[in-house]
Order: sequence, then structure tokens, then C-alpha cells
Amino acid sequence: MSQPHFSFDGSQIPFRPGQSVGAALTAAGVRSWRSTRRAGRPRGLFCGIGVCFDCLLVVDGRPNERACLRLAEPGMEVSTQEGTGHGDLEV
Amino acid sequence: MTSKSERMFDVLVVGAGPAGLAAATSATRAGARTAIVDAGVAPGGQYWRHPAPSEDGVSAAEVAHLHHGLATYHRLVAGLRAVAQFSEHHVWTVTRDTDGFVVHVIDRTGGGERAVELRSRRLILAPGAYDRQIPFPGWDLPGVMTAGGVQALLKGHGVVAGPRVLVAGTGPFLLPVAAGLSESGANVLGVHEAASPLAWLSELGAVIRNVNKLGEGASYARMLARHRIPVHTRSVVVSAHGTDAVERVTTMRLDRKGRVVSGSERTIAVDVLAVGWGFTPQLELPLALGCATRVDVDGSLVCEVDDEQRSSVEGVFVAGEACGVGGAALATVEGEIAGTVAAGASSVAPRLRRSRAALRRFAQAMHRSHPVPAGWVDRLSDNTTVCRCEEVSFGALRSMQQDLDAHDGRSAKMLTRAGMGYCQARTCGYAVGCILGQEASRTSGFAERPVSSPLTLGALAASSPTERA
Ligand SMILES: Cc1cc2nc3c(=O)[nH]c(=O)nc-3n(C[C@H](O)[C@H](O)[C@H](O)COP(=O)(O)OP(=O)(O)OC[C@H]3O[C@@H](n4cnc5c(N)ncnc54)[C@H](O)[C@@H]3O)c2cc1C
Ligand code: FES
Repeated sequence: MSQPHFSFDGSQIPFRPGQSVGAALTAAGVRSWRSTRRAGRPRGLFCGIGVCFDCLLVVDGRPNERACLRLAEPGMEVSTQEGTGHGDLEV
Repeated sequence: MTSKSERMFDVLVVGAGPAGLAAATSATRAGARTAIVDAGVAPGGQYWRHPAPSEDGVSAAEVAHLHHGLATYHRLVAGLRAVAQFSEHHVWTVTRDTDGFVVHVIDRTGGGERAVELRSRRLILAPGAYDRQIPFPGWDLPGVMTAGGVQALLKGHGVVAGPRVLVAGTGPFLLPVAAGLSESGANVLGVHEAASPLAWLSELGAVIRNVNKLGEGASYARMLARHRIPVHTRSVVVSAHGTDAVERVTTMRLDRKGRVVSGSERTIAVDVLAVGWGFTPQLELPLALGCATRVDVDGSLVCEVDDEQRSSVEGVFVAGEACGVGGAALATVEGEIAGTVAAGASSVAPRLRRSRAALRRFAQAMHRSHPVPAGWVDRLSDNTTVCRCEEVSFGALRSMQQDLDAHDGRSAKMLTRAGMGYCQARTCGYAVGCILGQEASRTSGFAERPVSSPLTLGALAASSPTERA
């Protein structure tokens, strides 16, 4: 039985079905996946239950997904969210 | 699409934590057509948080040892057989209708977002609470997490937040967090509890009436002793240090008045700091409906309810942490009363009233014994982040007060953007209120939110409620 994976900034992250993206990243030793809009500071999980919005990242091209809530799926493409996550549309 | 009549319920419960589960099972037992709606993937709320159901994934059995009172949980879930259950359904607002309420829901099953409306004659709101936080230098470093969040990772996903964890803040909840982590293989470096070990001595009356609760606490204490986890009372984490994640924390002792003792600094290497200062009730939905509120012993804004869990708004009941933080046992009793009365039963068992009274006394004693120690504002430096979303520093709030003579919540939002970010001041609301020198929870504009969660424009457009609260 092979373990499912998703990609995170190009590397493969294993997960167990039922785990959130944030839980799988934490289990893999990744602690941050966002840089803040102003100071560019790293952020990861804080409240763990969808309240604080610190854990935002990009899932399959969609920014502002909460890593603590979004369940991991095989083949998902997850990436670090820089600023607003809208690339050069950033205001 | 089901028709309107099929979606009309007698009682609709928001929240499937201890309070909501008890409310729904009692309402259905009393013969009401009942629905229960929860944003989470499995019933249980925070206390009985369960992993998302899956094949070969993290199983409920695997996390069972972290739970208390699972027999009650299973009994309540079994009681939902005739109840319409909506999980992964987020209620973003509630409006009134001629014959009751319209509950506006975003259905997030399967990853998408679809707008749904449910109708009900009566509502029971049991939305629970989230960890209360106070800022300190370094609290925005990755690896600093809420105590509840660390617990949620463990119970809901089977993941230990990191190898070396220090648990800090105040309240009996810190003990199960430390015990669970340790049982699951983490190296728990210690529990730093700000309160004095003697605080409970003046609350013996409440304690004696709640020997069961004491038993739960004692079992955690034994577990901590077995794992040789030191519990430091009158100790606080004053700062966290690291470059891109927390690497060390500094703790200090508190004197009898709750002030830090100079020279008592200790620096400890950690991977994770789990910190919590009690809980803040989620009041968006009751506030949107205009339910009357009051400030509880712990300084939190809570919903005012009568003896039968009725709010000030006709047809709206509130149960659980939203009408006063008091733990799962109290939430369950309040839910049972609310469900019974909302379903139209004429009387509530005296046993329930007695147990609610005793548990409320216990909760009040707990709040008095575990206050947020004063003086934390003095430990902030100008560049300490207060609002994490908008990256507003303590210095920015101070200069607003000094230079512009503005001291209220609304000005703080307009002038500094504190509380204006994605979380809508859920995280910084209490702290900003204290910094501005107002009774935290009364700070105007910090507890009320137009919607209970940010939505995509598409989902909003698709739902277009006829009447907004
Ligand atoms: C992260 C966290 C972990 C905790 N872990 C423990 C623990 O391990 N042990 C312990 O003794 N206490 C724990 N607590 C304390 C907890 O608050 C109570 O003990 C207990 O769970 C309260 O029960 P409740 O029914 O009032 O609310 P909750 O259990 O919080 O249940 C509320 C439910 O309402 C749902 N909800 C809220 N708003 C909406 C909405 N708008 N739309 C749809 N659904 C909504 C939530 O998803 C949640 O499932 C924890 C608290 C938090 C915040
Ligand atoms: S960690 Fe707070 S929203 Fe995800």
C-alpha cells in the first residue's frame, strides 16, 4: 500500500487520508508556507481551526486556502503564498 | 434541489460540538423535525474532534485514547438517526422570515462552495469558542501555536506539532494538551501555568460540588507525573525567539500580584510553544440576530440566556461556550435543556437544572482562579505585532493614542487597520481592547462581523439573501 502524496513547492509531501494540508506539512517538518504582505515574514499554523487565517497557501493555483482546513488530496499542487497570493496583481 | 417545504425544520442547530449534539438529540427525541449544521468534517466540535472519515486514513480508534467521555459522544451521535445532518456546511449568516429563520449556508463538501438556504421555526446556536490570545514579542513566529490548535492537530489529524513542546498560558485545558502530546510521543518540556497553585483554595465550594471534573484533572496530573513533565505555576512565557521559526522561549516567574519577578528569566530551546489564555466565544451569529449579550467573569462577551437557554430574540436559543465558557460537560447540559425546550416540551428535568447550576459555579471559580495576569501590555515593545493579519504593531496603536488622541475600537480599525484583516479581529480583538484601555469585549466594532467567514464573491452572488440581518 503506497502512501499518497501532494507536491509542495516542488517537493513531494506524504499524507494520510483525512489529514489537512497543514497537518501533513507539519508532520513532514515544514513550519511555514506564507510570507506576509508587508514585512514578508513567514507564517504557518497558528489557531489550527480556521479562525486566524495565518496558514493561507495556494492550492492548485487558488490562493488564500486555509491549510488547517483543506484536506490533502493525492496529486494536489500546493505552494507557498507570497503576499496576497495574486502574483503581479498584488496591490 | 429539494423543495422549500422539505427544507423547513422545527429546530435547526448550528454547531455539532457537545452543546449542539446534545441539543439536536434532545429536540429529535421530543418529536421535533430537527437539523444540525456544522462547518467541520465530523461531528464532535472541539472537545470531541474527530478525523475526517476516510479509507485507510487516520482513524477514530487511533485517537480514542486522547478523548474523555466517548461513551456520551457515541450515545449522542447515535441519537441523530432521525436528524438531518449537514457537515462541512458553514453558516455565514441568519435572517428572519415570516415563519421563522432562513439559515444561509455555504456547502463546502467536496472542496467547492455552493450556497444553500435552510429554513427553521426555531434556532439553537451552539457555535463554541476559540483560544483567547495575548500578544508577546515573537508570538508571530511559526511554531508558536494556540494550545487548542496543537490539540486539534493531534485529535483531528494524528499529528504531533513538533518534537519539543512547551505548554503555557492559563487554565485547566493546558493539562490535557500536555498529557495528550506526551502520550503521543512529544517531548513536553513543561507546563507554565500563570495562576497560583493556591487560587483554587478559595473556591472550595464550587470544587466540592464537581468532584467528577476534579477527577478528570487529577487523571491528567497523574499522567504528567508519570511522564515527568514539570508543571511550573506562576510562570509565564514573556517572549519567543528565532529567525524563521521559534527556537527558544523566555519564561519568568510571577509574584503574588501577577507581576514578573525581575531576574527570574529562563531561556528554553523549543520547537513548538502551545499557548492559550482561556477561550473567546464565537458570537457572530447571535450578534447578527440581535441577541442581548453580557460580559462574563473572564472578561469575554457572552450571550445572555434565561433559565431555559432562550436568548433575548424570540425563537433563538443559545447553548455551550457562546453563553459562557465552561467546558464540555456544561455545554452538554445546556444543549440538552435548549433542545428539549425548543422542541416544545413543557418542562425541563430538575436534574438538568441542578447539574447546570453546579457546573456554572465551577466555571466561574475556574475563571476567577485563572485570570489573564495584568502587566502583559508593559512587556510589548513598539515593534511587537498585535494584529497578525494586517501586521499592526504595538507602536502603531500607541502612536494613534498619543498623537491622535483616539482610543476606541473603530478608530483603531480606521487609523491603523488593526482588526481589519481576514480574521476580522478574532485573534487580536481581546488584546486591542485591553491596549486601548477599554473593557476588552465591549470594544465597539470588534465582536460584530457582517459575515461569520470570508466568502468568495461567487458564492455570495449565488445566494443573495432577500433580507440581510
Ligand atoms: C481548538 C480547540 C480545542 C479544544 N480542545 C479541547 C479539549 O481537548 N478538551 C477540552 O476539555 N476542551 C477543549 N476545548 C474547549 C472547548 O471549547 C469546550 O470544552 C467544548 O468543546 C465546548 O463545546 P461547545 O459545544 O460549546 O462548542 P464546540 O465544541 O466549539 O463546537 C462548536 C461547533 O460549532 C461549529 N460552528 C461554529 N460556527 C459555525 C458556523 N458559523 N457554521 C457552521 N458551524 C459552526 C464548529 O465547527 C464546532 O464544531 C477546545 C477548544 C478549542 C478552541
Ligand atoms: S491556522 Fe488559523 S486559520 Fe488555519
